[in-house]
Amino acid sequence: MELDLSTVAKALAVGLGAIGPGIGIGLIGAKAMEAIGRNPEATNKILVPMLLACAFAEAIAIYALVIAFSIK
Amino acid sequence: MTENIHTTTEEIVEISHETTLFAEPIFHIGNFTVTNALLSGWLAVFVIIAIAVILRKKLREVPNTLQNIFEIILEGALDLCDQVTNSRALSMKVFPIAISVFFFVLINNWLGLLPIGGLGLLEKGEHGLAFIPFLRGGTADVNTTIALAVMAVIGANLFGIFSIGIWKIFNKYVNLKALGQVFTNIKKDKTVIIVAPITFFVGLLELVGEFAKVASLSFRLFGNVFAGEVLLASMAALFAYILPVPFLFLEILVGVIQALIFSMLLVVYFTISATDHEEHGEHGKEIEELENVVRA
Repeated sequence: MELDLSTVAKALAVGLGAIGPGIGIGLIGAKAMEAIGRNPEATNKILVPMLLACAFAEAIAIYALVIAFSIK
Repeated sequence: MTENIHTTTEEIVEISHETTLFAEPIFHIGNFTVTNALLSGWLAVFVIIAIAVILRKKLREVPNTLQNIFEIILEGALDLCDQVTNSRALSMKVFPIAISVFFFVLINNWLGLLPIGGLGLLEKGEHGLAFIPFLRGGTADVNTTIALAVMAVIGANLFGIFSIGIWKIFNKYVNLKALGQVFTNIKKDKTVIIVAPITFFVGLLELVGEFAKVASLSFRLFGNVFAGEVLLASMAALFAYILPVPFLFLEILVGVIQALIFSMLLVVYFTISATDHEEHGEHGKEIEELENVVRA
């Protein structure tokens, strides 16, 4: 029996690859909220570095996505 | 043959546009293949040149609207650059290349989002007719981003060579100085015989790190922009016209953020290679001397 495993491989690549960045972005968001809660005046200063850190974490999930696309 | 024609006419009804991992070729100039990503890259350059020429012609002491907008952008960007480099003199050197890269990446990211992407060629693909848009975000092609990343990393090393000297940059990677210290410092400090090979090996790791820099820099940008295009395409396939709109705004934001990240990392790399790491070493020597005094 020949199973087409490439679909499963794609799903696994994205699914497993998204776990880490998901946790990471959650932590970043949580810490940013905490910081804003402690010091609401610093919201504008926190927002941009937070977005940058989010983008760095997100990039890792996107590596997984590119790998998933390149699986034939 | 007739069957072939039959199948193609049947499939005209569902013209597929598969978002491919690679940029699709549009036309050829001799042996040179012009892909749609290359085309939008040229368009981006053209847009930048046009804006630059317009700005240059209307440059005034009291700025008009366009000049005002760009002055605000440049001021903010220069402040951000200062925060990274910690010195105005250094950021004045790095800033021109960083802001150029920023605008090039930004315009390329946004060109992929334009509805002009709806114009394109119909070509016979593997499965019947395939739609090929004229414009594909230049950064949605891995060749563009690798070229930019290689430029950034090599440029950073060249900048380091020009600012702190070729010998120091060479020693950062192939640490002959540390090996040399085995012979010069062995009488003062016996541990150098263990420390020096480790320092040498760390230098080699730094060399590998440069290639990692190229890979991470290029795939971050490519992945984000390409994933955005795929996201928009799949959203449009789910529910056309209305569902993609919020994602379109998201992609505009992602385009800015990724351009910002790319140029900021470029500034960081330039700054790192322009700072002299020996300064810390000298600080360490001072501590060593202090310890020797205490021992005596």
